[in-house]
Amino acid sequence: MKIKWVLLAILSAIVNVLSGCERLAVLDPKGPQAQTQANVIWLSIAIMAVIVIIVCAFLVYVLAKYRDSKLPKDYEPPYIEGNHVVESIIVGVPILIVIFFSIVSVISNNKVEATPEEYKGQDPLVIYASTSDWKWHFSYPENDIETVNYLYIPTNRPLEFKLYSFGPITSFWVPQLGGQKYAMSNMVTTLHLAADEAGEMMGRNANFSGKGFAENMFPVEAMSQVKFDDWVKEVKATAKPITAEKFNELLKPGHVGQLTFTGTHLGFSPAPEGENAGHHHGSSNSDANSKGDHMEHDHE
Amino acid sequence: MGFFTRFLIPNPSPVIYTSMVAIGVTILLIVFGLTHFKKWFYLWSGWLTTVDHKRIGIMYLIAALLMLFRGGVDAVMMRAQLAVPDNKLLDSQHYNEIFSTHGVVMILFMAMPYIMALMNFVVPLQIGARDVAFPRLNAISFWLFFMGAMLFNISFVIGGSPDAGWSSYFPLAGNEFSPHVGTNYYMIAIQIAGIGTLMTGINFLTTILKMRAPGMTFMRLPMFTWSSLVTSVIIIFAFPVLTVALIMGTMDRLFATKFFTITDGGMDMLWANLFWVWGHPEVYILILPAFGLFSEIIPTFSRRNLYGYRSMVASMVFISIYSFFVWTHHFFTMGQAAYVNSIFSITTMVIAIPTGIKIFNWLLTMWRGRIRFTVPMLYSIGFIPLFTIGGVTGVMLAMSAADYQYHNTMFLVAHFHNVIIPGVVFAVLGAATYYWPKMFGFMLNERLGKWAFWFLTIGFCLAFFPMYITGLDGQARRIYTYSESTGFGPWNMVTFIGTVLMAISFFLIVYTVYYSIRHAPKDVGQDPWDARSLEWATHNPVPEYNFAIIPQVNSREAFWDAKYKGVELFKGDYEKIHMPNNSGSPFIMSCIFFVFGFALIFSIWFLAIIGLIGIFTCMALRSFEIDHGHYISVEEIKETEAKYGGVNK
Ligand code: HEM
Ligand SMILES: [Cu+2]
Ligand SMILES: [Cu+2]
Repeated sequence: MKIKWVLLAILSAIVNVLSGCERLAVLDPKGPQAQTQANVIWLSIAIMAVIVIIVCAFLVYVLAKYRDSKLPKDYEPPYIEGNHVVESIIVGVPILIVIFFSIVSVISNNKVEATPEEYKGQDPLVIYASTSDWKWHFSYPENDIETVNYLYIPTNRPLEFKLYSFGPITSFWVPQLGGQKYAMSNMVTTLHLAADEAGEMMGRNANFSGKGFAENMFPVEAMSQVKFDDWVKEVKATAKPITAEKFNELLKPGHVGQLTFTGTHLGFSPAPEGENAGHHHGSSNSDANSKGDHMEHDHE
Repeated sequence: MGFFTRFLIPNPSPVIYTSMVAIGVTILLIVFGLTHFKKWFYLWSGWLTTVDHKRIGIMYLIAALLMLFRGGVDAVMMRAQLAVPDNKLLDSQHYNEIFSTHGVVMILFMAMPYIMALMNFVVPLQIGARDVAFPRLNAISFWLFFMGAMLFNISFVIGGSPDAGWSSYFPLAGNEFSPHVGTNYYMIAIQIAGIGTLMTGINFLTTILKMRAPGMTFMRLPMFTWSSLVTSVIIIFAFPVLTVALIMGTMDRLFATKFFTITDGGMDMLWANLFWVWGHPEVYILILPAFGLFSEIIPTFSRRNLYGYRSMVASMVFISIYSFFVWTHHFFTMGQAAYVNSIFSITTMVIAIPTGIKIFNWLLTMWRGRIRFTVPMLYSIGFIPLFTIGGVTGVMLAMSAADYQYHNTMFLVAHFHNVIIPGVVFAVLGAATYYWPKMFGFMLNERLGKWAFWFLTIGFCLAFFPMYITGLDGQARRIYTYSESTGFGPWNMVTFIGTVLMAISFFLIVYTVYYSIRHAPKDVGQDPWDARSLEWATHNPVPEYNFAIIPQVNSREAFWDAKYKGVELFKGDYEKIHMPNNSGSPFIMSCIFFVFGFALIFSIWFLAIIGLIGIFTCMALRSFEIDHGHYISVEEIKETEAKYGGVNK
């Protein structure tokens, strides 16, 4: 019996923490996709909490009322097969809840799989994010630069991440921008994100990929388009070009710090798309135009 | 590689050396004990060669408890490592091996055999049968499982453990990224145990279809038997997929085929698909029998019939079919089209409906009942709110858009422990306490049992609820270290404390058994809980033939009606009883399987070939063997029945 109160206390503690002072990364979104996801999460937490509370309350009531020690000596429990009204309720209500959640799920799902509404008109900044044991390579074909283990992005512009891997399956995850997606070796997956605010965020590989997995992280910095352009200029002025030898060196297992290059590895080591592709999954809606097209845009 | 160097573990540490010594000492002690007390013959004739479903059940139980200890030690080590930021207790490689073996051991070598233990012991008794349909096959199933488990466990000290997670995703698990033999152990040991499980499924399906006592129609089957029936069907459909996936994985690793490789047209996603086509039904193979057990315990201690019997059955059948249509929820993030995710999101959520029905049926069974707070009942009561929390977080995970944020995080780890521990572990611990007097003839101490329950429950809440929070804060699963600045530290410390409480509860349970062996009264009667179904109509402990006279079933709760309505259960007279003979060949053949598996793991081809020949020889010998079993005479039955405190008619 006491256990119920303990549980309720814990539950309310959790709710307090979730909504409380220090916001949890996933519930502290900095972009429209993460915002959608946070909304879905809050909605489901609320409805689910109600269900848990109903079950607990009924349990407490039954345990309090029908415990052996409290009943009269001659009380014999009745034989009850079932009851149609009761059964329709315990079947019907869950069905309604599931229907509701199905609708929410399909809508939100289509939202996070597409370019964010707010930024529909603009053409996205395409960034190739690939992993090798245990690093991240970010190629910016539009700007013709490449970074290792850190990511700079402009705010208020849709971002289209093209994910693939030079080794085990990894997963690209920046909690405050939006949920993750796998990067695999023989295909490219697409993740649509965007940042509304400037600031520093945590990004990491979320899928276990061996020994160096725990450290397989990268800081993400969102900044205004102007600042971003300045950064690109600076990179172009100061960084060395990436060469095939240098890149093959980087592919070897191990950790390296943050690096910056001009040019991208896509030239000599293209992503598995188009004729390089192992196979395709259906999600990417802008595959066809991605690389070639965007490289022609010039924002500078 | 030289012949001997491959047996070395790739990264030895003091922990491993200590356990090597511990294993050696334990083996020596066992051998010494058996010799000293002259028990070798008893061990052989009473246990190693037995085909009695009750003894096989007990052996499963012992194996499961041993594996619970092994997996529990792994859990404590993991949580100790994560308890504080930047901890140096374990290194990355060691941590990876531990969580990989923890997952495999807990699911396949602890939860599965624990369920098998109860199925073996209870199902034939519940349906009024004298044994399972294929007693010798049953022994083979057990010994194959056991040898698979042992093979998996020696990986820790010979050659190195698997380190690619219990899901062993390729290409990480391929030769290129996991060059040492760890993943070979995974492939071969699970294969051997899995064959045993598949045979158990076939055996129990046949048993329940064919061996029911007269009058026991499907709508009169006790709920645990129903769940075992449904589970057997799932096993028969799911395990062949695992078998095939493991064969392909083994081929990739040993014979350089390219099913799952990065280059040459291999497809890493194929492994993920095959694994979860088996893996998702597998969790229902564990949880449905657990539901069946709760459905036995709750009515008994509420002194009421199970509410909504028909909807309980219907929901189970529905779940069994549906469990095959949701596997993609394990990789919503693999980049399939939005409509694919939407479909699997909905199918996954739909499973919550039958599960919810069951929760309310249990609640309504207690309603207007007469509730006794015994240890098995405490586990069942604790199960309801905790499992509900696990279930609703499951629905949250099923919303694919949100799952992009939960996937691969501690939130997920919290969820599946939240269903598997209150669901499966509570069920089997409660059921073991419930059936203990039937198995061993004495009761477990209630007071100590309650202490263990509270330690487990409170420990569980402390250990797993904080993970929901750190998961939402960005703590990925399977990381062996994190920095101070993440702020995960305090929560992980709470989790560690919870884990320690759970470990204490395990020792309390072991102590309860020890204490009860010494102090519990030895004569508890055949029906100490005032229960409702047929297994309680047998003597304590159950004689070899279970029922001297096969019961005549007239209702859903035949035993209850016999007790309280005077319905006659056992009609007619004694007749001689036919029973199967013991046989050494299941044990011997499984030992050869062990050798064969070991040889494959280390690519010792001549030994593998010898092993293979040995296995086929065993099968051939069996087909020439003439063994019609034996009869127990009427005299003998009368004698036995008299010994058990009077003829039970
Ligand atoms: C004694 C309490 C337990 C604790 C403290 C515990 C703790 C853990 C931890 C820390 C992980 C690693 C999570 C990660 O980083 O991926 C884990 C994984 C896992 N546990 Fe447990 N566990 C416990 C009991 C169980 C039980 C009883 C089962 C099954 C019946 C189980 C099944 C699993 C599985 C399948 C995994 C996934 C392994 C993987 O990530 O490959 N655990 N557990
Ligand atoms: Cu693919
Ligand atoms: Cu699943």
